[in-house]
Amino acid sequence: MITGIPQSAGFRWAYKAYVTLFFIYLALPLATVCVFAFNNSVFPSLPWEGFTWAWFFGTEAPYIGVFHERPILRSIVTSGVVAFWVSLLAVFVGTCNAFLFVRHEFRGKGFLYILMLLPLIIPGIILGISILVFSSSVANFLEDATGLWFDGLRPGLILVILGQFSFITTFATLVISARLQKFDPSLEEAALNLGATRWGAVRAVTLPFLFPAMAAAGVVAVLMSFENFNTTLMLVGSDAPLTITMFDRLKLGSTPVLNAVSLLLIVVSALLGLASLLLQKRKD
Amino acid sequence: MSDRSKLTFWLLLAPLLIWLLTLIILPHVGMFLVSLREKVGVREYETGFANYAVFFNEPLYWNTFARTAYMSIAATLLTLLIGFPIAYYIAKLTRGRSKTTLFLMCLIPFWVSELVRTFGWMILLRETGVFSNLLQYVGLASGPVEMLYNDAAIMTGLVYTSMLFMVVPLVTTLDSLDDSLIEAGYDLGASGFAILREIVIPHAMPGIVSGCIVVFMLSLGNYLTPILLGGKDSLWFTGLIYSQFITRFNWELGSAFGFLLLGLSSLIVFVGLKLSRQSLGKTMAQ
Repeated sequence: MITGIPQSAGFRWAYKAYVTLFFIYLALPLATVCVFAFNNSVFPSLPWEGFTWAWFFGTEAPYIGVFHERPILRSIVTSGVVAFWVSLLAVFVGTCNAFLFVRHEFRGKGFLYILMLLPLIIPGIILGISILVFSSSVANFLEDATGLWFDGLRPGLILVILGQFSFITTFATLVISARLQKFDPSLEEAALNLGATRWGAVRAVTLPFLFPAMAAAGVVAVLMSFENFNTTLMLVGSDAPLTITMFDRLKLGSTPVLNAVSLLLIVVSALLGLASLLLQKRKD
Repeated sequence: MSDRSKLTFWLLLAPLLIWLLTLIILPHVGMFLVSLREKVGVREYETGFANYAVFFNEPLYWNTFARTAYMSIAATLLTLLIGFPIAYYIAKLTRGRSKTTLFLMCLIPFWVSELVRTFGWMILLRETGVFSNLLQYVGLASGPVEMLYNDAAIMTGLVYTSMLFMVVPLVTTLDSLDDSLIEAGYDLGASGFAILREIVIPHAMPGIVSGCIVVFMLSLGNYLTPILLGGKDSLWFTGLIYSQFITRFNWELGSAFGFLLLGLSSLIVFVGLKLSRQSLGKTMAQ
């Protein structure tokens, strides 16, 4: 922090005002979404018709709350299933990648590292269409060759999981590698000296050390999967995850039930985000 | 290398190769091949650049492309202008607990789905929305004001959505700037503006470049914000790609569009990295 620099009181005041305005700007859309989840009206807009919990717990049309709205509940479950698999796959491959890039020297390592980072700079929608085009041609080829159906390669949950996994793995790799780099290899050598096998030492010493990063990567993966839109949009089949369902609703015009879902999403994502930060910051 | 560690190496390499080959490399090669396909009949194709020719011969397509590019550039510059003072404030004018709090307050909105953020802006900006009602209440407007479905709304949404990716790298680089350099500048009689130009900005350059690259990429590839805030006539290139794929079912043209967007995005990243002499790895790690 810089002290002792002459600045006019007016400038300081204006700067503070600007920073305050900025944070209002950041909070405004989210706060609005949350407030209108409690408005006793069928439109998420003014005038304010009074406070209600109906958009959460209501059971009578048109006041059907989130917890009684089947299509939304179903899409939350779908999102959960997708997030679970994406997170599992991304943490597994990310951990393998971390060991590969941190522990091994080999020809073409730099090139592979750049390739590993590429998913970060490919726009999500392009990632989606490229996987769509590729899997469809593979499916066409296999179906022509064998006469069997390959539904897994057509738009649907499997492709959504693969599409999200394809770029979330990069994040998982970066988070887990960062922690593995801080690991003191002499700890593992000590385990080996004490008679542990290679894999035994990794399992007993290195993996527990990596665990916070793996958990953080898992949480980040769940978060990113839950809110991914672009890639999912191109690969989705009949079972739509939450963001897609909400998008379709939004295009048709919305009721405050969307605000209620959004409020729940805001709370859950803030908690997950904080959890991932705490996991990554944990000292040992 | 012993046989044992060779085996470990290959076992670790396998998931990486499978992931990159089947989900990144082959799909993009495949998409490029499809973009070169010209439909001449039912399931009959020829190879050529006809799809790319369609793009250059149809003003709507390349106008949309150019518009997407310059709107994204504008969004990037605006994000930088708005975000820089905030990053400077967080990095240099606060400390301890309030610094952490302000930083977290920047982060939280971006953990929330982009859809929710955009929805928030829709409620604020639309004809029956909060701002419109507020203006009428104060007496500045006599009837409902539609603030949605125009370029300013798209810009507001894009800047909002990208802010974090500008502020975080800026805070990181500004944090590493030694305060005594700024103080020395003042002691030697430099004006605030001169210090900003001679000391702060040159030091923050890596952060500025990586922030700009990421924000530009995200804006270019954004679909939700332009479609929801800009409405049907938002003319965003990702919207064209979507309609070629899903509504028109013209995958050949859609793939060509996809490749053009990917090309522009990669070009900007490449030029940005070359200009700032940074590596991709370092920029993305920030």
